[in-house]
Amino acid sequence: MPSETYDDRIVRLFLLAAALWGIVGMSLGVLAAAQLAWPALNFDIPILTFSRIRANHTFGVIFAFGGSALIGTCYYVVQRTGHTRLALGKLAVFTFWGWQIACFLAMLTMPFGITQAKEYAEPEWFIDLLIAAVWVSFAIVFFATLARRRIQHIYVANWYYGAFIIAVGLLHIVNNIAVPVSLFKSYTIYSGAVDAMVQWWYGHNAVAFFLTAGFLGMMYYFVPRQAQQPLWSYRFSIVNFWALISVYMWAGPHHLLYSAMPDWVQSVGMAFSLILLMPSLGSAANGLLTFNGSWGRLKTDPAAKFMVMSLVFYAASTFEGSMLAIKSVNSLSHYTDWTVAHVHSGAIGWVAMITIGSLYAMAPRALDRPAMHSRRAMELHFWLHTGGVILYAVSMWAAGITEGAMWRATNPDGSLMYSFLASLIAVWPYYVVRTLGGVLVLAGMVVMAWNLWHTAELARARKIKPIVVPLILPVPEPIPEPVPQQVPPPRPARA
Amino acid sequence: MALKYQHLERIEKNAGLLAVLIAIMVALGGLAEITPIFIKAHAVEPAPGYEPYDPLRLAGKDVYVREGCYLCHSQMIRTLSFETQRYGDYSVAAESVYDRPFQWGSKRTGPDLARIGGKYSDAWQRQHLISPRSLVPESNMPNYPWLADRQLSESDIQARMRTLRLLGDPYTEAQIAAAPLAVRNKTELDALVAYLQGLGVLNVDRAAKGQP
Repeated sequence: MPSETYDDRIVRLFLLAAALWGIVGMSLGVLAAAQLAWPALNFDIPILTFSRIRANHTFGVIFAFGGSALIGTCYYVVQRTGHTRLALGKLAVFTFWGWQIACFLAMLTMPFGITQAKEYAEPEWFIDLLIAAVWVSFAIVFFATLARRRIQHIYVANWYYGAFIIAVGLLHIVNNIAVPVSLFKSYTIYSGAVDAMVQWWYGHNAVAFFLTAGFLGMMYYFVPRQAQQPLWSYRFSIVNFWALISVYMWAGPHHLLYSAMPDWVQSVGMAFSLILLMPSLGSAANGLLTFNGSWGRLKTDPAAKFMVMSLVFYAASTFEGSMLAIKSVNSLSHYTDWTVAHVHSGAIGWVAMITIGSLYAMAPRALDRPAMHSRRAMELHFWLHTGGVILYAVSMWAAGITEGAMWRATNPDGSLMYSFLASLIAVWPYYVVRTLGGVLVLAGMVVMAWNLWHTAELARARKIKPIVVPLILPVPEPIPEPVPQQVPPPRPARA
Repeated sequence: MALKYQHLERIEKNAGLLAVLIAIMVALGGLAEITPIFIKAHAVEPAPGYEPYDPLRLAGKDVYVREGCYLCHSQMIRTLSFETQRYGDYSVAAESVYDRPFQWGSKRTGPDLARIGGKYSDAWQRQHLISPRSLVPESNMPNYPWLADRQLSESDIQARMRTLRLLGDPYTEAQIAAAPLAVRNKTELDALVAYLQGLGVLNVDRAAKGQP
């Protein structure tokens, strides 16, 4: 019997794509941020105008960068935790090229105004069809691989990846149902208030299942491994899992508080957003406590540092999210830059940092090197990124609170104190600082790309074969109680 | 609690069961919140005299959507006194029944536009779209000079109205037949200004006439 190997080629392709899309998406973010501070940077060119490329930035980082990282790590994790090779290798290759083509087409069409104009679901109908096909294939590959696992117990990381796959498929299909007028224009079947409800059910849960559940799957595999300790509590992770996936879906209407949405929906959305605090903070705590006893690793391992910082930002931004969902707080924060601060502390604090940490953990193993090319470059990346996130978040908090306070300020006679324009003028300095924060984050990404390139030097030179799976026997039944010592994911296969 | 951990363990070892349970859990929230609104929206008859966008304004709305105006401008005056003081009466759901997609927005880098119609002259709107800083020096809005150079398509507007009729918007055959004339020799700028000048104005007048 030929020795079976992990399918790591596909993982590498996805991770390479993620690194490239990350730089593209974040560059667009820096441009968009700069345009808000200096509008001359729109250059009067339609395809470079802020309102057209804003979707390129969000789609680029969420779906192209985040999506590639998620699918890549998912394929890596499901193989290692199941001690099996990825099922349906050709279909998996299709998911790679299909996803890249969909992202490329989306990024190509949106600047030309070919858009559904639904936030975070901008690509037009023909791209949506391709995305749906890729997603169904991804689900088939994932569950087929789970089905052929050689370990009876399904490790918790796979639960999160499974929920991510099922929920995002459901959200994508329901939200994007539209009737085409032509190749480049369609009308959604939902209108007005119904569309608002569907859109924020989608928009909120894209955050929940794409940017949270998927990345929690990443966290539950890579954090215990980088801490070199079992998960703090396996049972706690399971309780949090069911709570998280069932509660999150109800919280969408907190994007529509004080709007023309029926009052009961607003109240339900707010209540569930507050309940959500518990599983969110629970997941963050579980990850952080996993480092108990190995905090010393933070001195020597920048990847672990990225992971710890990502969990801190996860805890902070989900706490913030629940607070912003309280109606009275929302009356101040909604429509201001506070929302932008919240999104980015989640996106570049939590999502990007856990991804970068996992990339640094995975890359040397996937490329058959003992470590990354340069540890000092990793340190530099960590501080550039952390500094960037902090500048970004703090400046946008300040801007958001300034706007919120100015919009509601009244004179003693009850008239409004400020014109709208006054608030825009007041936040200009913050827009400049925010741009600087974005530049720092982008610079960090470039440092990472340089580091990855050099780490891959040997791999490029001799085209290493995928790593050989240790031919373990299928784990005999029964699996013992999931006590902590059973929990750490199987060690990576290394010669 | 009678629920023993062993019962949960069964789920942890069965991928199919896990997938089904996940699908059920994630479907509940959406079903509970979207279904009632969907049913309600379809049960309510549109107020008499409450009509879908005329061809020029429809073309304008689609330009608004294409250019991504909603990314910086909301069309949703919230039920808060400082909002109604600044922008006018709070928005109601009936005002957006013909918006596909809805235009409530999520961020105000510029002011709300739900009741912008008639507040400025057509000439002001035209110049402001082409060069905002010539009128408001501190504005950070991009210029949209190309709108003035682009002609509307006569055949395209009919295709759009037919699709919308398929989705339930009550366009008559006569209205669709007359549409090319309404957009003939008009630019995208004309259409967008017509759309903006109708925001809040037409809807409120009609709603006031027809609704109880």
